[in-house]
Amino acid sequence: MAGAVPVGMLRGFWEGLRQLTGDDAYDRYLERQASLHPEMPPLDREAFYLSELERRWSGVSRCC
Amino acid sequence: MASVAASLGRNLVWVVVGVFGAACLGGIALHRGESINAIWFIAAAAGIYAVAYRLYAGWIAAKVLGADPSRATPALRLNDGRDYVPTHRWITFGHHFAAIAGAGPLVGPTLAAQFGYLPGTLWLLAGAVLGGCVQDMVILWCSTRRDGRTLGQIARDELGPVAGSAALVGTLLIMVLIVAVLGLVVVNAMKHSPWGAFTVAATIPIAVLVGVYMRAIRPGRVLEGSLIGLFLLLAATVGGRWVAEHPTLGPMFDMDGPALALWVIGYGFVAAILPVWLLLAPRDYISTFIKIGAILMLAVGVIILRPEIRMPAVTQFTDGTGPVVAGHIFPFLFITIACGAVSGFHALISSGTTPKLIASEADLRLVGYGSMAMESFVGIMALIAACVLEPGVYFAINSSAGIVGSTVEQATATISGWGYPVTAQQMRDLAASMGETTLLARTGGAPSLAVGMATIFAGAFGQGLLALWYHFAIMFEALFILTAVDAGTRVGRFMLQDLLGNIWKPLGDTGSYPSTVVCSALFVATWGYFLYIGVIDPNGGINILWPLFGISNQMLAAIALAVATGILVKQDKARYAWVTGAPMAFLAFTTTWAAWEKLFSSDPRVGFLAGADAMAAKLEAGTLSAAQAAAAPQLIFNQRLDAGLTVFFIFVLWITIVEVARISVRHVKGRPVPPLSEAPYVPAGTLAVQGGDD
Repeated sequence: MAGAVPVGMLRGFWEGLRQLTGDDAYDRYLERQASLHPEMPPLDREAFYLSELERRWSGVSRCC
Repeated sequence: MASVAASLGRNLVWVVVGVFGAACLGGIALHRGESINAIWFIAAAAGIYAVAYRLYAGWIAAKVLGADPSRATPALRLNDGRDYVPTHRWITFGHHFAAIAGAGPLVGPTLAAQFGYLPGTLWLLAGAVLGGCVQDMVILWCSTRRDGRTLGQIARDELGPVAGSAALVGTLLIMVLIVAVLGLVVVNAMKHSPWGAFTVAATIPIAVLVGVYMRAIRPGRVLEGSLIGLFLLLAATVGGRWVAEHPTLGPMFDMDGPALALWVIGYGFVAAILPVWLLLAPRDYISTFIKIGAILMLAVGVIILRPEIRMPAVTQFTDGTGPVVAGHIFPFLFITIACGAVSGFHALISSGTTPKLIASEADLRLVGYGSMAMESFVGIMALIAACVLEPGVYFAINSSAGIVGSTVEQATATISGWGYPVTAQQMRDLAASMGETTLLARTGGAPSLAVGMATIFAGAFGQGLLALWYHFAIMFEALFILTAVDAGTRVGRFMLQDLLGNIWKPLGDTGSYPSTVVCSALFVATWGYFLYIGVIDPNGGINILWPLFGISNQMLAAIALAVATGILVKQDKARYAWVTGAPMAFLAFTTTWAAWEKLFSSDPRVGFLAGADAMAAKLEAGTLSAAQAAAAPQLIFNQRLDAGLTVFFIFVLWITIVEVARISVRHVKGRPVPPLSEAPYVPAGTLAVQGGDD
């Protein structure tokens, strides 16, 4: 059982890193889309990625 | 009784932490004579941030803002799975910190090290916990209560069109100055440094490659793409030495300031009209990784190496004769260090994407106050990196040729004469060990920070790689400066389109390609002008541009704090208005004072008008060299233009303050004012179950 804690921590770190960087953004989007707008077909991976960039870089998103 | 004892016990821990932090700071402040270890700065900073976060920020969140976890945030109410997404507070913290931390907190404290280590440290700590962190948290709260509206919109809704327009125009001008001054920093780091210029140039094709990978080959796999980019960049940093020593490639990347400035301007334009996925976004991913990594490495390096601070606590340059930035310590310390203590620009981030991610008002303190405390900590580390250098070396790198002389012998003799011994041989050896031909007069802070970082990294992680660490640090700074150039130009273009759309409608269409090209060109030309003039200025350009940028950034901070103060008064919380009102008053006072000196000081290095007159007199007397005489008319015009800009900034600042005061007095007297635009209370309980992102 001693190994269980570090594995859990590593998994937590990895999941946090993926979320922080947006690596798992598409999977999260699919989940949200399924629960919020089940009637609409979701975007594909590439279209979602492009629309995310468009959204993120349309306002002030980086500082000096 | 038990709960009182428990609360006393909980707070006792914080009292102890506070006493410890204060003791470290007291030790630093009162220390005289022998050198002091950098670790005490880390300890003092950590203790003070922790206590301020726990007690002051906790009090503000609870009493002043009335942050209410039961109130649904816009992310919950408007959750659309795209713009508004309730997000775990540590993820939001990460996004927000990555957005606010740029080159500013690295450059400002490095330049302010000319006053000694003490003034910068005190201002970074006090400015952050009482001003900057408060501003970021309160504006985040204002925007979260208003569906994530921007500072400009909030100002217009709450205070009327005059204050709203002031905030908008102020923001557009500050964008111009940020991009110009950061461009100047990166040009000064790359000039006549083929290794540095090659590495920075290599970031462009690498970013494009990663951009194609993330879009077409493995769409959206940003971790993979970033790691590939990171690896290629490190390879380019290592390979840069080979390129620099290559007989034909080396000279191609060995460029002077004006040539580099033209490259940066051309690059800025091309980057602004290319699609985001191709260059801007991939580079931002890589740069965020390197930024966080390098900052962590610096913190670990300082803790492992525990370097001694070599800079005196206070230098003679508090009298205004400083070779790095001219002007008396008051008010110019508070202008030189903007980012890291109080940065108005953060108000734009706190009223941009971040409020749309906040899942609960309980997170406002961590995301708003906490992120800014982190940024202040980055500023402290930059200050440490500058102050572990021998002061003579620090001044030789950061003083322009116009002040200390253009040969290494002249410069080292001048600086030694100030009481900071340094020899020509020492500077040559240092340049050679960093893989450079010269480190003299590399104004702008980036090279001296890189030398400091390289010294710390090499000491902590292995000697012998000094040159590599130096170029790694230069690449790290240049990378996110260029990201700021791209992103700043893009935002500036949007603002310009918005503004010009009022005059001629087709220009306002952000989707139209001709309008994009025209407005990008216009915006790039504006910052490009300031950058180019900065490069040809014999006094190094930084001496003029950095204070102007500092004034504009502090002006925006005072505007943001004024808007927040007006909102507090309108919410019948006038008794707490000092929380934002006091830092606003301090910033308004110091910024106006600094602007006055920049306008009317008779010292040609401080006053813009005196500088222009002195240059005109020299031109008339014929004492300038042919090259200087050719550039003189532009420099004279520029100083007068800068004076005009300064007047404009102060005008905008005081218009907002007067408007806030007028509306506040009307409200207190019971006269009608624009109504609060806060979104009505909706309980969070029923909404929390829907598709959140945590």
